[in-house]
Amino acid sequence: MKSLPWARYLTRYVVLAYIGVMLILPVILILWRTFRPGFGQFYDWISTPAAISALNLSLLVVAIVLPLNVIFGVMTAILLARNRFRGRGVLQAVVDLPFAVSPIIVGVALIVLWGSAGALGFVENDFGFRIIFGVPGIVLASIFVTLPFVVREVQPVLQEVGTEQEQAAATLGSNWWQTFWRVTLPSIGWGLTYGVVLTTARTLGEFGGVIMVSSNLPGESQTLTLLVNDRYNRGAEYGAYALSTMLMGVAVAFLVVKTIVQLRRKRARQA
Amino acid sequence: MTHSILGKTSGPEAIRPELAQPGSELPPPPKARTLSRPGSTSLRFGVTMLWLSLIVLLPLAAIAWQAVDGGWQAFWLAISSHAALEAFRVTLTASVVVTVFNMVFGLLTAWVLVRDDFPGKALLDVFIDLPFALPTIVTSLVMLAVYGKNSPVGLHLQHTPPGVWVALAFVTLPLVVRAVQPVLLEIDRDVEEAAASLGASGPKVLTSIVLPSLLPAVLSGAGLSFSRCVAEFGSVVTIGGQVPGKTEVSSQWIRALIENDDRTGAAAISIVLLSISFAVLILLRVLGGRTARREEKAAA
Repeated sequence: MKSLPWARYLTRYVVLAYIGVMLILPVILILWRTFRPGFGQFYDWISTPAAISALNLSLLVVAIVLPLNVIFGVMTAILLARNRFRGRGVLQAVVDLPFAVSPIIVGVALIVLWGSAGALGFVENDFGFRIIFGVPGIVLASIFVTLPFVVREVQPVLQEVGTEQEQAAATLGSNWWQTFWRVTLPSIGWGLTYGVVLTTARTLGEFGGVIMVSSNLPGESQTLTLLVNDRYNRGAEYGAYALSTMLMGVAVAFLVVKTIVQLRRKRARQA
Repeated sequence: MTHSILGKTSGPEAIRPELAQPGSELPPPPKARTLSRPGSTSLRFGVTMLWLSLIVLLPLAAIAWQAVDGGWQAFWLAISSHAALEAFRVTLTASVVVTVFNMVFGLLTAWVLVRDDFPGKALLDVFIDLPFALPTIVTSLVMLAVYGKNSPVGLHLQHTPPGVWVALAFVTLPLVVRAVQPVLLEIDRDVEEAAASLGASGPKVLTSIVLPSLLPAVLSGAGLSFSRCVAEFGSVVTIGGQVPGKTEVSSQWIRALIENDDRTGAAAISIVLLSISFAVLILLRVLGGRTARREEKAAA
């Protein structure tokens, strides 16, 4: 279709204005607000004791959530990609479920299940293992919201590469573990990398689910996103902007990895 | 085979898998069972299901249990109280406004990204995904920096419904774009050229050939955008400010109920929101399935 030149330019500039106002202006503005008082002040605000302990807690949560999601995610992906069995459709639906659930509802669900008055409240009441308002609650909420990422990224790659190489390895006498480690894992490498990046970014950035199940005590159960909110509520706007800029670094790293993965996939497909 | 709720497993283009087009399933897995040696399939199915139950199914079942625990009367009271209804109204109004806005601008943006060409287009394409990458609380502060009390553009939207709308429009910006873009790339341009050579004008080709084939993709993006709006919390907390009847959305009302220790009420509202999300996603699924079948028939 030959579009009229004026219509073409009009749509182009409308879209550029839309993206400019909606996306680019806000980001530039927050960067400007953060760095206008100088880099020194930015550093001071992201290195207060509360900020450091929030960073440590957020990283601790990532360190717990990531291995669990990778192990169970790869296992689920192999199961879904390599087997036909009754209940496969149900399993696929359950894996997708967390995307349809609001983070706030995740919080409610965890409270009514694990809270001291919840369905499984005996864990806290009888064994003294506090889940809600502590780190285990934050971990459970983060696992819930990030559960589909690894499965969703690894499963299609597994289906695309097929089983020929694995069968060849098995024929040549390699055991299950050798086949997995030397053949399967390298072939799902980029899918898994992307799944890991998605999981990390979402875990670091999760707010709604975490605010519901955390007691929000600085140094104890306050993650980075909770500290941003806390600083804003206490009127320390600059401090909130500084932390936001730091978290924006995670987002930028995420976009860079995503672009690299996409370029590699495109190249692999063309080759 | 039961269809999954959110459509096929994501392709490489989907930054978040919920963008994947509903309607097309991955091909069924091959029969070979190279990686199934340790333990039988049923054992590994059992372990996986146990993990998923513990993390996902049990908590959701607990919500349902909590919601009906107080009886039908209590459930009805919780979802029909004045505050709950006001919150539903604010949430649904905002979701409709933002989704319509997204349909128009998402379609235009996808069009420009696929059919137009100018320096910096590739960068623009990468930038579209920024709202997905940004933590929601950061989004909230970014919105405040632009539209808050020190607004450099002179727009003071804090604590107003349009403030909530801009925040929601920001977080859902990529959804329609990323739903339409792959479809637009795949469209056979021969048909458009044929129509043009038979004398159809530009606008005529657009309205009778291009737009109808994009409609399923636009609707699927719109559905995802609507259900994200209904569920959103983090990005509206500071810019909205939780003014009852004006900017207090349902997820904020749920949080308020939990803080007042009304767990049955919170569970009841959660059930309503979950039903809305599921209904929208299942509708998409059905629509997507129908389009896919029609295409198959056309191809056969």
